[in-house]
Amino acid sequence: MKENGTRLRWPRGHLRHPMRPSMALLRKDLLLERRAPEAVPAMLLFTVTTFVLFHFGLGRDEVAGRLAAGVLLVTLLFAAILGINRLFVSEQEEGGFDGVLLAPIDRTALFVAKACALFLFLALVELVAVAAFSILLLGPSPWPALPGLILVLALLNVALAVVGTLVSALAIRTRARDLIVPIVALPMLVPALIAAARASAPLLAADGAGALPTKWLAVLALYDLVFGLLAYAVFDFLLED
Amino acid sequence: MDAQPAIELRGLGRRYGERAALDDVTVTVPTGATLVVFGPNGAGKSTLLRVLATLLRPQEGTATVLGEPLPDRDWAVRGRVGLLAHEALLYRDLSARENLRFHARLHKLPAARIEELLERTRLAGRADDPVRTLSRGLLQRVAVCRTVLHDPPLLLLDEPRANLDPAAAELIEPLIGRASGRTRVITSHDPAGGLAEADLALGLRDGRVALLAPAGELDAGAIEELYR
Repeated sequence: MKENGTRLRWPRGHLRHPMRPSMALLRKDLLLERRAPEAVPAMLLFTVTTFVLFHFGLGRDEVAGRLAAGVLLVTLLFAAILGINRLFVSEQEEGGFDGVLLAPIDRTALFVAKACALFLFLALVELVAVAAFSILLLGPSPWPALPGLILVLALLNVALAVVGTLVSALAIRTRARDLIVPIVALPMLVPALIAAARASAPLLAADGAGALPTKWLAVLALYDLVFGLLAYAVFDFLLED
Repeated sequence: MDAQPAIELRGLGRRYGERAALDDVTVTVPTGATLVVFGPNGAGKSTLLRVLATLLRPQEGTATVLGEPLPDRDWAVRGRVGLLAHEALLYRDLSARENLRFHARLHKLPAARIEELLERTRLAGRADDPVRTLSRGLLQRVAVCRTVLHDPPLLLLDEPRANLDPAAAELIEPLIGRASGRTRVITSHDPAGGLAEADLALGLRDGRVALLAPAGELDAGAIEELYR
């Protein structure tokens, strides 16, 4: 039973440490996106184009407060849908899914890796998106709002990454993937969008950045926690045949 | 060969909707033996491999692989089987080395194993090219490397020599051939070649066992009957 004189073994406990294979999966996803960029350029192009359309569609050079928060966050939400649609495509189209499922790893490692990849893609897009939004649409200076806005966007990204990964895994094995992702994900993300919009609106007020509403931040964090645990619990079942 | 069989199937059934892909399949494969599965397209050969690989759940009967009942202990089987499927299970935009490195990380294997396999399959010169640029034959050699990377005791090989020229087939022989000493389940459409490789021959037709016998008791004509 030996091909090479010694039988190779993975160490005991490998199955119980999802972070190690998660890192391998995340590195692979980042490498694939660097090698053949798909998700991030599409999300970036969509975001900037949408801001340009709002600029002309609203017929205003400047927005502030709740309108600014709404335009920014809804645009990012729709851009995220593009990334969510592509999240498992490399696995599905190239047969990599079976390769991963055959490995002696906890399948939630795949969830952790995909959610982290989507979080990083969103963060990258937001670096450009917030700058473009400030130039094209935002009335008040973005600098005072930036620390609070980063916190809100980070919490929103967690929500998008968690729900997005769950829905993407659900949709990838169906023929109507592109339809199922927005139909399922958008209603699920409404509470997160409301909380993020309420939390960021005072930051973008016309008369200067107000205080960060901690109540809405807490709602957003709670959403992340609940959906994070839910997704972690059910993800394994989504991968069953 | 060990006393405990590597694979034990009793009345195995698997359906896709209304259609039975596998129906009442009963077969025992001793450890270290080679089972070659014959049958026309759609007979259930690939489904059988996917059930044994834990990628599909058995829906009827019982299946025990490497001493572990499926699907209850499928996690204990993963990582101990090597599946060479029709798809290479590789990421097209990554190189052969990057693909193998990725799988080695999942299996927690040393990088030296990758280099050893690339050398043995004479892929070292193309190891850094994206696999989408490789010919079908070279791609199959990379897929063989992925299949045996973790030195699995059970190999599930779906027409493993497809796309390979004779020299390449010889190159991979020590890895997936009888000399590897592993238990093997191989699908084949080549009666003479398949029988030469088999200890046990299984013929499937419409998901049911149409033939099951030691390879030494069969000739190519008996296998050809399956396709008529």
